[in-house]
Amino acid sequence: MSNSMLTPGVAPGRLSPQALADNFTDLAPPLDRHEARVAADRCYFCHDAPCMAACPTTIDIPLFIRQIATGTPEAAARTILSQNILGGMCARVCPTETLCEEDCVREAAEGKPVEIGRLQRFATDTLMAAGVHPFTRAAPTGKRVAVVGAGPAGLACAHRLALLGHAVTLYEARAKAGGLNEFGIAAYKAVGGFAQAEVEWLLSIGGITVVTGQRMGRELTLEALRKDHDAVFLGIGLAGVNALRAEGEERAHVRDAVDFIADLRQARDLAALPVGREVVVIGGGMTAVDAAVQSKLLGAEHVTIVYRRGREKMSASEYEQDLAASKGVRIITGAAPVRVLGGDTVEAVEFAYTAEGPEGLTLTAETFLLRADQVFKAIGQSLQGVPAGLATEGGKIAVTGPGRTTAPGVWAGGDCASGGDDLTVTAVAQGRDAAMDIHAGLMGAGAR
Amino acid sequence: MANLASDFVGIKSPNPFWLASAPPTDKEYNVRRAYEAGWGGVVWKTLGSEGPPVVNVNGPRYGAVWGADRRLLGLNNIELITDRPLEVNLREIKSVKRDYPDRALVISLMVPCDEESWKDILKRIEDTGADGVELNFGCPHGMAERGMGSAVGQVPEYIEMVTRWVKQYSRMPCIVKLTPNITDIRRPAEAAKRGGADAVSLINTINSITSVNLDAFSPEPMIDGKGTHGGYCGPAVKPIALNMVAEIARSPETRGLPISGIGGVTTWRDAAEFLALGAGNVQVCTAAMTYGFKVVQEMISGLSQYLDDKGMSLGDLIGRAVPNVTDWQYLNLNYVTKARIDPDLCIKCGRCYAACEDTSHQAILMKEGRVFEVNDAECVACNLCVDTCPVDGCITMEQLPKGAVDPRTGRVVGDYANWTTHPNNPSARAAE
Repeated sequence: MSNSMLTPGVAPGRLSPQALADNFTDLAPPLDRHEARVAADRCYFCHDAPCMAACPTTIDIPLFIRQIATGTPEAAARTILSQNILGGMCARVCPTETLCEEDCVREAAEGKPVEIGRLQRFATDTLMAAGVHPFTRAAPTGKRVAVVGAGPAGLACAHRLALLGHAVTLYEARAKAGGLNEFGIAAYKAVGGFAQAEVEWLLSIGGITVVTGQRMGRELTLEALRKDHDAVFLGIGLAGVNALRAEGEERAHVRDAVDFIADLRQARDLAALPVGREVVVIGGGMTAVDAAVQSKLLGAEHVTIVYRRGREKMSASEYEQDLAASKGVRIITGAAPVRVLGGDTVEAVEFAYTAEGPEGLTLTAETFLLRADQVFKAIGQSLQGVPAGLATEGGKIAVTGPGRTTAPGVWAGGDCASGGDDLTVTAVAQGRDAAMDIHAGLMGAGAR
Repeated sequence: MANLASDFVGIKSPNPFWLASAPPTDKEYNVRRAYEAGWGGVVWKTLGSEGPPVVNVNGPRYGAVWGADRRLLGLNNIELITDRPLEVNLREIKSVKRDYPDRALVISLMVPCDEESWKDILKRIEDTGADGVELNFGCPHGMAERGMGSAVGQVPEYIEMVTRWVKQYSRMPCIVKLTPNITDIRRPAEAAKRGGADAVSLINTINSITSVNLDAFSPEPMIDGKGTHGGYCGPAVKPIALNMVAEIARSPETRGLPISGIGGVTTWRDAAEFLALGAGNVQVCTAAMTYGFKVVQEMISGLSQYLDDKGMSLGDLIGRAVPNVTDWQYLNLNYVTKARIDPDLCIKCGRCYAACEDTSHQAILMKEGRVFEVNDAECVACNLCVDTCPVDGCITMEQLPKGAVDPRTGRVVGDYANWTTHPNNPSARAAE
């Protein structure tokens, strides 16, 4: 292949296979045993630890770090996984800088928190490398539960229900389970097929039947699911993608960032994946950063993120913004797209600077053009395929308490449900908590 | 730069840092390197009687206790005295001393507990030019099984007897090295003094098992599946050594007996502490074995800076803290303090709270927003919060002024008063 970073248009193979391999290695390499011991020793074993309170799944962080420090990472993993069965993935993708590590007292003391995320990965990797599943399923209860969506929420819910002895059918619209862990996270955060390995490991608890190619509102109806099961959990995520609503949006090579990321995650050969020379990403969240950074790593010459509000409003964390900058991605804030220019394919995007006033965000008369061979839209996802009969709230399925929807016997969690941040770790917590509530309901008042 | 020149029982050295008798001082090559690095003196590794030298094990001879980053906190060893021929050691000692006349060179000795053996060895070392002898009555492993080392050091009468022989057959200064593996360090020190010793040095290593191999179920270091007790040294033993040095320094029977302080000296600060508690110089081993001979340079610069900052000479420091080492019964019971937590320094870890709430006096309140405060009505000033706080200076002890009421006891803080006059003491004497 003779393409390079300078090849015009959208082209594959801009970098050598070796450069691609280097670019897509582990963003934060795993700690080795000694590094882990040293990192663990920095933990103060705080009373009523702030990090623990900051974790959506309330992992007992001081305890697991102490278990690492004393040479028992397997026990540490059990501590983690008992609260968060996707603790391996969360160790890789959690924005720890805004969760546990932000609240670490070492952050207050010296601006350098205990490396909780990397320690968690050390523990969970150690256990999973040994091929151990640390939990044993309870005796079958004879209860059947449908879990729709095999993303983090659905997987966590299914695992907890199976653990408690219920028979779970896990329905997934795509061809394989994993949800955003498999399709939506930057490749360098979960290298080596970790997402699938974790799903397989999780399913080894037993009692979970995965059925793929099952989409709500197409192959599945809530009515039928309720008839055939004792309870239903919906973890269907946000399948819709918001449009730019800018003129010319339909031109070729203007596409949803989530699709690009999914293609990249599923690509067998990164050299075969086409990417533009001039890439523009529109949005300010993690998806925008993931798409932009990976475009750069694939060999795009210029990559620019454009976000309509100020930098402080970007939902991508400061860490993510810095990561993008370190990879050579330019971030422009306070500008919104007004027109996508070009012929059949996109050639440029026209932006207008924005102003924030009392009546919200408005476009100013000041505009600029960015050359673009490829444009990724990352301005948010939306709920699709909500079954009739479920109330929604702010564009999400309305839930109360541990994920109870307005329909009896139907729970929801993860990105599709109201409440909480749209994070893997939040989805896990919601799936787990809904499972406990379903269990209590199914087993009667005596259940624990 | 303060003058660190030291005169210990007439043995002069450019600084008070000597290498203790141990593996680092077993041969000419090492000792020359030590002197080049700046060590003021060396106690040559223990010589035995003429004849076939002792043999050492051929498996591991050291065991260790580590901190998290494998920082060596304690070391133990099962090495015996020198396993090189006597004449080789004597030849090397003579050669080194000739080339480094300004450095101290003391020879450590351990021979069977009979007059002839001691008389003979003393004669053999006479013309080496060495500055003195140190009697190894301390090694707790191996040689003790043969009636030497700590087997002698544990019997004050033997110490006195051998010391007497040494003083009788040699004009060299005689330092008696004491074992800590006894119940009261003052008894062997008194015996050495009675025997005519010029000084004592302490501590030798502490009998220990550093760890157990939980797969092979053997003590470490493990030799073919078995282990034995060894001598413990390094930073971990310093508190024990400091106490023993202080006990000898302040005991009426041994007061004034020169002491060479040994046990976990790792930095200038450790050395200064030994000196303040009455040691006339210090001997170092584990720090050198861990980091190499260069550590002495930090010890020299640090002690020098400290003395300059305090406007003190080396002599002023020696024994400076001894008058403040006392018995519990004389501690002032009217010295009342309360813990104070500096909210600006607090990082809100809550360790003080956990420690106080779970294991002490429930005197720390955890308030909204993880604000920690001391409840004076419960605080007994135990210092546990200070000791567990990870932030230096965040928790301090504040003294209640005379006349103040201690909210815990309701009593007014009065003048100095100790247990000897306390009403709860059945043998209290009325203050007159």
